[in-house]
Amino acid sequence: MSTVTTAPARAVPPGALDVERIRADFPILQQRVRGKPLVYLDNAATSQKPRVVIDTVSRYYLEENANIHRGVHYLSERATRAYESARGRVQRFLNAADTREIIYTRGTTEGINLVAASYGRRLRAGDEIVISWMEHHSNIVPWQLLCEQTGAVLRVVPINDDGELGMDEYARLLGPRTKIVAMSHVSNALGTINPVREIVAMAHEAGAVALLDGAQAIPHLPVDVRELGCDFYAFSGHKVYGPTGIGILYGKAELLEAMPPYQGGGDMISSVSFEKTLYNTLPHKFEAGTPDIAGAVGLGAALEYVEGIGRERIAAYEAELLAYATEALSALPEVRLIGTAHDKASVLSFELEGVHPHDVGTILDREGIAIRTGNHCAQPAMERFGVPATARASLAMYNTRQEIDVLAAGLHKVIEVFR
Amino acid sequence: MSDLQELYQEVILDHNRRPRNFQVLEDANRQAEGYNPLCGDKITVYLHLQDDVVRDISFQGAGCAISKASASLMTDSVKGKTRAEVEALFRRFHGLVTGEDDPESASVELGKLTVFSGVSEFPVRVKCASLAWHTLQAALKGEGDKVSTE
Repeated sequence: MSTVTTAPARAVPPGALDVERIRADFPILQQRVRGKPLVYLDNAATSQKPRVVIDTVSRYYLEENANIHRGVHYLSERATRAYESARGRVQRFLNAADTREIIYTRGTTEGINLVAASYGRRLRAGDEIVISWMEHHSNIVPWQLLCEQTGAVLRVVPINDDGELGMDEYARLLGPRTKIVAMSHVSNALGTINPVREIVAMAHEAGAVALLDGAQAIPHLPVDVRELGCDFYAFSGHKVYGPTGIGILYGKAELLEAMPPYQGGGDMISSVSFEKTLYNTLPHKFEAGTPDIAGAVGLGAALEYVEGIGRERIAAYEAELLAYATEALSALPEVRLIGTAHDKASVLSFELEGVHPHDVGTILDREGIAIRTGNHCAQPAMERFGVPATARASLAMYNTRQEIDVLAAGLHKVIEVFR
Repeated sequence: MSDLQELYQEVILDHNRRPRNFQVLEDANRQAEGYNPLCGDKITVYLHLQDDVVRDISFQGAGCAISKASASLMTDSVKGKTRAEVEALFRRFHGLVTGEDDPESASVELGKLTVFSGVSEFPVRVKCASLAWHTLQAALKGEGDKVSTE
């Protein structure tokens, strides 16, 4: 019997995520920036793309490109099939009951704007919309616009010093006037995981519908919209390893059926005359104009890739990495973490004593480390913690402990420069 | 770290730590606010302008080391200058931080401001270095409106 020699196995426990294998799937991570290996820690802004997503988008344009839902020719049929089968992938990913409940959008922002503009038409003066202090601007401004148009009132649930939602205050803000509750599943600025099942149940008890902003949850946590019970769930493709310019709004069919179209145009109609236009059925009623077909197909590939790895496995790996990173940063006396909720995902927002976040970002950049600095489109949350801005390192499943060590060493360098 | 040392020169770090003219100006007759949404920098420039000459100037606000040091050094450099001289100096300064002009060409006029030559290697930081100057311009024009770098 001959012996087969293989490379020594790396110490990856059975069932655990093999981060080196995952990293090999992401071509961009192999590069050096400014002479150093890239340490990409700006995943809450956007994630990098695995080769399978890049290849799928590329193959779509190389082999399948045509307009959808209207051609009788071969390519149109193929493009339509690719676009609709990606919708099926999204439906299964979210465990939605039906593909009619899956609306393609440009991203989370458009999904929320769609609900505000369309469902929001039924609001009247004095009705109330409840959001929280930790929301991204895209889950604040659409509701402010709606309030301006209808005379509805915006109610804001406060957060505590750890960045956790005040559930008692939330309960007190709910009432017969509450029509919409809109909350982030995971906060982009603080990393807080909100108790969304409870939030949704309480909204329903008050007779309101509940929208969840899933932009930061979808790459990190298993999401089952039927288990959550939410009425709407919005997310962006590019934060979950898919292309930019494509996103999803999930909505319960009976609500979407009753809602007026968001935009008018091609594909959202079944017949048009100057006297009377009939709208198309779901989901097409909400997809006016030629959509980002390649983006949708790429998103399907990204979700398939994530499922291939397993969302439970990703969540477990990232939780362990977050704990490691939290410890590494807390070990620096100059660091003050902003957002220390008990339930957190993949975000480390921090201040470095005596150094503005922007200077932190510039010095880390020279070390090949990409982080975000600024207010993270969450100015109210920043104000809540009395800071104009923070530095934010945000993790993805392809980040490693070694990269966290590089970050900590980079922060030492920042402290040296400013000593 | 040579690019970084070039950017964060000792003079800049010193003005960041101990900004000069960092207060409200009691007898100001002009003021303007500046804002950089990218990093959340906010600045107010107070000006006492008499016969078209900057008699006194101060600033307040919060920002990164580059924007704070730039504001501090700016207030030192423009005191006693006419409006036209301030405008000319800003053009020189802008040429310096964007890298459009050779740092040597205007070193006499720029004086201490040449410490910002390193900014040209960091294009995203040009806005930080010029925020105070844009705000000063607005104050000189008597525009009470906020200036924004966006």
